[in-house]
Amino acid sequence: MSLAKITEVKGQGVYVAGDEIDTDRIIPARFMKCVTFDGLGEYLFYDVRKTEEGADKEHPLNEERFKNASILLSGANFGCGSSREHAPQAIYRYGFRGIIAESYAEIFFGNCVNLGIPCFIAAKEDIAAIAAAVEADPSIEIALDVTNEQITYGGKEITAVVRDTARFALTEGKWDTIGELKEAADEIAKVAEALVYVTK
Amino acid sequence: MAKSLFEKVWDAHTVRSMSNGQTQLLIGTHLIHEVTSPQAFGMLRDLGLKVAYPHRTFATVDHIVPTDQRVEPFADPLADAMIQELRKNCAEFDVTFFDLPTGKQGIVHVVGPEQGITQPGSTIACGDSHTSTHGAFGAIAFGIGTTQIRDLLATQTMSMTKLKVRQVKVNGKLQPGVYAKDVALHIIRKLGVNGGTGYAYEYAGQVFDDMTMEERMTVCNMSIEGGARAGYVNPDQKTFDYLEGRPYSPKGAEWDAAIERWKSFASDPDCEYDDVVEIDGADIEPTVTWGINPGQAITISENVPTVEESPEEEKANVAEALEYMKLPAGSPIKGTKVDVCFIGSCTNGRLSDFEEAAKYVKGLKVAPGVKAIVVPGSQVVDGICKAKGLDKVFNDAGFEWREAGCSMCLAMNPDKLIGDQLSASSSNRNFKGRQGSPTGRTVLMSPVMVAAAAIKGEISDSREVFGINQLVEA
Ligand code: SF4
Repeated sequence: MSLAKITEVKGQGVYVAGDEIDTDRIIPARFMKCVTFDGLGEYLFYDVRKTEEGADKEHPLNEERFKNASILLSGANFGCGSSREHAPQAIYRYGFRGIIAESYAEIFFGNCVNLGIPCFIAAKEDIAAIAAAVEADPSIEIALDVTNEQITYGGKEITAVVRDTARFALTEGKWDTIGELKEAADEIAKVAEALVYVTK
Repeated sequence: MAKSLFEKVWDAHTVRSMSNGQTQLLIGTHLIHEVTSPQAFGMLRDLGLKVAYPHRTFATVDHIVPTDQRVEPFADPLADAMIQELRKNCAEFDVTFFDLPTGKQGIVHVVGPEQGITQPGSTIACGDSHTSTHGAFGAIAFGIGTTQIRDLLATQTMSMTKLKVRQVKVNGKLQPGVYAKDVALHIIRKLGVNGGTGYAYEYAGQVFDDMTMEERMTVCNMSIEGGARAGYVNPDQKTFDYLEGRPYSPKGAEWDAAIERWKSFASDPDCEYDDVVEIDGADIEPTVTWGINPGQAITISENVPTVEESPEEEKANVAEALEYMKLPAGSPIKGTKVDVCFIGSCTNGRLSDFEEAAKYVKGLKVAPGVKAIVVPGSQVVDGICKAKGLDKVFNDAGFEWREAGCSMCLAMNPDKLIGDQLSASSSNRNFKGRQGSPTGRTVLMSPVMVAAAAIKGEISDSREVFGINQLVEA
């Protein structure tokens, strides 16, 4: 299984403001009544985007000018709460290919890497500056350079953090770990045998 | 070298280093439920893989099951499809399933310990963030995503970065009327909702030594709400006493060997931690949330914060929370009218939670207009409660006694808030829309505090409502 090496992600951005945006907000639990992830994109941020009758509320994702965005910008502790992979899946299936935030909840961050979504960690001021630039001109291109941990937008360049493990996994095309995990079948058996566990 | 329990368990389960710098870690016990596992089984099929160690995975159904009646097919066709899918997957891949007719069904984090599957020194993972609950037994337990569930099914291992360890020491004694839930909310309030990022929390100190296993589970459960991926308490005699005689606990000679082994996993007294935080147990008061994350909490006698008085970096979050919660800033939280009261969930859905609340509601009545539901965390808990007559105590007081499941903790079954109803809830999350209505409001608190809210019809100090003696200042 050879995976794409994700070294750079480019696209337009959209800023969803706020700290502690939890996975319940990213994908409300009632949309998790499904046995596949197909079609989850439609329900991304549903309750903040739509009224109970399904009409659009004021939300950046509802704005025509951000329709083509593929880079999501947000605040601190993004993706906190439930471990549901439905959240990054919804983000991915909506069309996002990269995220910039001040910080991430751990499980969410790991889930994103597994799906090949680079999560850039940037300073609050830098995110505000990118958001302002996107607000002024939604068509500007944001380039996430995973290898060099840099973000370029509208001729400006800022340094961000991807975290070494994630950077390696993405740029080496090893973000999906199953191939490598499977290679160690014998070592796994050895460790498993050495430990006493419930066997029924 | 002296090591913490976390390091010992981690080292014992390390298979090798991955090329990405992470560790390939053996997960001894894998727990699954209907919400996060079907896609993982789907991926296995797509890849043509088998479950490598089927006897190490245990399944239950909890999130989507109705708690008012159990007639199948469920009224909700999506929920019904999910239970059918789990049945199919467990049968096809030979996984033990504590299905509804087994009498062992329940919330995954209640079932694991009560069946004796959760054991000290083990690694446990489940596609559910509250897997940290199992740490109460001195296990290292992680919540994981669906892709990792696939990895576990296929290899019994996953790729993970080693966590740092912070010892959270709660010294001294708790005051009467202060519960494990208050300890959890207090810790999150002090350390922040992302204060635990990158850490496993080792809970220690007199307060944890004194806690029952069920109380320890309550605190470990909420580790994730403080950003910590895992939380644990070192195993002691209480741990062993709890596990003795459970269906999956070791028996006979194996039992004695197990205790020796389990003891050896406990943190060495002189081990070093990456961080240590000390809290005085006597400072903890009955605590409730006022906002939209579990760190936005105050004691029952405090006022809801104002934007003006909040620290600069918090202002926007406080304003957002106040607007959503529709609570008057600067006013006491006590006296806030409640519409719904919920006792249950993997945080507080165990026998002792119901016993403690029942003790106080006995002979009283739920306030008019309040919907109050009590939901056991498992069929086993349900059975024991009924044998003790607790269901009757609650029913007589005007609560509804339900069937086991996640119920009102989240909106994947028929138990939901309507409109902007305000719920006093013993669960673990007060996120926007968490309890099923996009405008529904959740105030987290201990089961006894929920009981007090139900009786008074408003958020109350249970110590006043039930006459629980407060310690007199010396
Ligand atoms: S009770 Fe709530 S937190 Fe616990 S597993 Fe169920 S939904 Fe999740």
